[in-house]
Amino acid sequence: MNGSFDRSLSNEDVLRRRASLLQKLHIDGWLLLILLVLAASSLFILYSASGKNLDLLYKQAVSFGIGLIGMVIIAQFDPRIMARWVPLAYLGGLGLLLAVEFAGHTAMGATRWINIGGVMRFQPSELMKIIMPATVAWYLSKRSLPPNLLHIMVTMLLIGMPFVLILLQPDLGTSLLILASGAFVLFMAGLQWRWILGAAAALVPVCIGMWFFVLRSYQQQRVLTFLDPESDPLGSGWNIIQSKAAIGSGGVWGKGWLLGTQSHLDFLPESHTDFIIAVLAEEFGMVGVCILLAVYLLLITRGLVITAQAQTLFGKLLAGGLTMTFFVYVFVNIGMVSGLLPVVGVPLPFISYGGTSLVTLLSSFGILMSIHTHRKWIAKV
Amino acid sequence: MPYIQLKDHEKDGRLVRRRVFAGALFILLLSAALVARMYHLQVVQFEQHTTLSENNRVHVQPIPPIRGLIFDRNGLIIADNRPSFSLTVTRERAKDWPTILDTLTEVLELSSEERELYDKRMKQGRRPFEPVPIQFELSEEQIGRIAVNQFRLPGVEVSARLVRHYPLGASYAHSVGYVGRINEGELKKVDPVNYSGTHHIGKTGVERFYEDQLHGTVGYEEVETNARGRILRVLKRTDPIAGMDIHLTIDAHLQAAAEAALAGRRGALVAIQPQTGDVLAMVSEPGFDPNPFVTGIGFNAYKELRDSIDRPLFNRVLRGLYPPGSTIKPMVAIAGLDAGVITAATRVYDPGFYQLPGHSHKYRNWNRTGDGSVDLEWAIMRSNDTYFYDVAHRLGIDRLHDYMSRFGLGQKVSLDMFEESSGLMPSKQWKRARYNQPWYPGETLILGIGQGYMQASPLQLAQATALMATRGKWVRPHLAKKVGEDAPADPNPMPDIVLRDPKFWDNSRFGMEQVMHGPRGTAAKVGAAAAYRIAGKSGTAQVVAIKQGEKYDRSKVNERHRDHALFIAYAPAEQPQIAVAVMVENGESGSGVGAPIVKQVLDAWLLDEQGQLKSEYSTQATEANGKASP
Repeated sequence: MNGSFDRSLSNEDVLRRRASLLQKLHIDGWLLLILLVLAASSLFILYSASGKNLDLLYKQAVSFGIGLIGMVIIAQFDPRIMARWVPLAYLGGLGLLLAVEFAGHTAMGATRWINIGGVMRFQPSELMKIIMPATVAWYLSKRSLPPNLLHIMVTMLLIGMPFVLILLQPDLGTSLLILASGAFVLFMAGLQWRWILGAAAALVPVCIGMWFFVLRSYQQQRVLTFLDPESDPLGSGWNIIQSKAAIGSGGVWGKGWLLGTQSHLDFLPESHTDFIIAVLAEEFGMVGVCILLAVYLLLITRGLVITAQAQTLFGKLLAGGLTMTFFVYVFVNIGMVSGLLPVVGVPLPFISYGGTSLVTLLSSFGILMSIHTHRKWIAKV
Repeated sequence: MPYIQLKDHEKDGRLVRRRVFAGALFILLLSAALVARMYHLQVVQFEQHTTLSENNRVHVQPIPPIRGLIFDRNGLIIADNRPSFSLTVTRERAKDWPTILDTLTEVLELSSEERELYDKRMKQGRRPFEPVPIQFELSEEQIGRIAVNQFRLPGVEVSARLVRHYPLGASYAHSVGYVGRINEGELKKVDPVNYSGTHHIGKTGVERFYEDQLHGTVGYEEVETNARGRILRVLKRTDPIAGMDIHLTIDAHLQAAAEAALAGRRGALVAIQPQTGDVLAMVSEPGFDPNPFVTGIGFNAYKELRDSIDRPLFNRVLRGLYPPGSTIKPMVAIAGLDAGVITAATRVYDPGFYQLPGHSHKYRNWNRTGDGSVDLEWAIMRSNDTYFYDVAHRLGIDRLHDYMSRFGLGQKVSLDMFEESSGLMPSKQWKRARYNQPWYPGETLILGIGQGYMQASPLQLAQATALMATRGKWVRPHLAKKVGEDAPADPNPMPDIVLRDPKFWDNSRFGMEQVMHGPRGTAAKVGAAAAYRIAGKSGTAQVVAIKQGEKYDRSKVNERHRDHALFIAYAPAEQPQIAVAVMVENGESGSGVGAPIVKQVLDAWLLDEQGQLKSEYSTQATEANGKASP
């Protein structure tokens, strides 16, 4: 009897069953598909950017694998359970940042690392990239929306402590990203426009006042160089001049895979990490960049759909915050390499070489999947 | 309650959904900005960037600033920049470096040591496409050989650049110092951008102390080069800003006279203009030629300098520390007068030694038969040890330490001298910290004649002498008169020495004048030949300790263990223009060996060609001053 029952299943039923298998594994098919596309593109571009270094490619693939496993594991946890652990994770993250401040390992002039057992090194600030939006989402989801002044102040404090600690490392780039990840949750929670505009308006006189009354001339010079790296062509401007030449010479269609001269003649520094978009732009032109941007936008669209469909307020706020922050990574990296923004060390998500950022990003998508697949289906009934 | 929550929930949902909308709009806008940027770079500026990247390549080349020159106080050049041909290698173009190095070894007939040095220097390049100098000062013949073999040497070039040169050689090795190749440690400390075109950095002396001012600001040019690296045209150029010139306080004539006066003896001499703190001459003999250090001194040549028994690399003026001996007595006298433990008329009976009450140990006067009853002036003139044992005992270590510190002993006195030693002026606290022992009264006694733990550099002695000359007005001695257009400022000025009664300065000065001009002055022979009045004081610094009851016998002492001769003086005594301190290693006699040297230096500064006191230092004003002060 069983056999004949199986045979009688229609194609539609099989599809539904498969979908429910992914559902059972708490995996979102769309997200997974787009992530795999990005992973494949990453290896493809890295092969050229690293100068056909297979060893490096292998390492990146392994990092991807580890990240995917981590993502699936994280997706298994119900967001309601996650919310319960958020405050503890926040305190733990803060503790680790303090540990870095006082006992951290210094590399390249900045203290960002903690040594574990003398072998493994890791950056607590990386952990904070997920904990920060989760904490703000946890806090605001228990309050009535939109947040009132008191709630906004508490949120500021929650964001401010890790922000200052990371700023002191010193790591301006990461601290600003963490600030943004918290601020986006606040935005999602309906922070009134008058507050947003008010803060933006207040920033202008504060900056002007700082410029004339607080900063000394050499500090002003440093800020100017930061804002306009091309005024310092031997220092940070070198990278920008070279990466702009690489991007510009790519034209509409690009020079072709493995044929980029700027990157292959070592003109372009950090071509396989932060500046990898320049390699893509040189070899695949504007078309290549637009396709990559489109894939990113698909991923972000899916993230926003998950946000809109999330059932708990915590889920909504966290999914929205994570998705917006992800876009900021993309924007800041491409903006910096193309000379729109000052140079801060932000890798291009999923494309740049580097295991740490991969694992962090995939973890955040694991959370999105968890939010989406742990919904209770009352609404449909 | 549950009803209200449900309502809230729906409201929140709508709110977040509106924000998702706003966020999507925000994302679309910024994405459009990125696409527009790409369009601008890749379509609008496509031609320009293609030119830059494909046909030609753009390099940013640093243009090193010209290092500031160093002059003496009259504008005579002490350190300049001379064009010199050097051999450079550009790594990116010298693809097969081992073969090229083999060819270079063959063409220039390099020794294996030089070959290794070339290889090491090549690896010190910092930026892509940087021509790294591997050999300075190429000879005509070497340039010829490179030119003939150029086709075998891709990436190797002969280029002219400015290299530091010291025309006066050894004379200023210890004051101006020298520059040398930047090493890895220094590279980490300097601003990498500003030094991107610079290969030399100040290593010692004025070159080191004023490195920031002398170096200047780097310029750069963006150049288009063809695939072979030849420069096709300059796209943009920002000129470097040359470093500031420095005018020294040193007078080259006086410096030469001082070197001549030392006449090849090992030692140190400092001359200071007391009112201004200008260092007029600064000699540490033997010196060394700094020029080889600029272009890279060979290992053997360096070893010879380093291991020489005469220690030419040792800066005796700033780093040589000696017990100041009797030269300290005029200052101890001032301390005694100001503290009120003696007056100018106080007499001490000298039987040839001094004993602490209740102790049997005899502290000897150098004149074993004793000078009888002596007053202050006589005690300075005869350098009577017994008198100063007594003064020191009455002062006690605390007050003695306090007064000597005000004269700059035991601390760095200079404004701008690199690696000056602070010397040592002991105190109770110092001995407790250093040896964990209490202070013994006997140790105070020998400090009174400048022996014991006390150590001072010739610079400190000269500064203490200058303070006697200015009657306590403190100006830190300095080597730079003008850096660019400005005189160097003192961030940490010393307080002037103000005495209860300014007459005490004269009491001490009369004693020092008697040393030179008194009937029984220790340096009366030298003073007798002077055309003006000198205030001076001799001293000896023991090299090896003499045991109690034993006598210093020069025939038994190894030449290198003989006492160092010290002499300090300022002149003209009534209106001082110059203060000098000299130390002659193993010179034995301060008044016999040191005083004639000092007088030669004083003469060189104060006398005109006819051997007369220069009119600007003439005694007209001096007499008026002399009448006013007592």
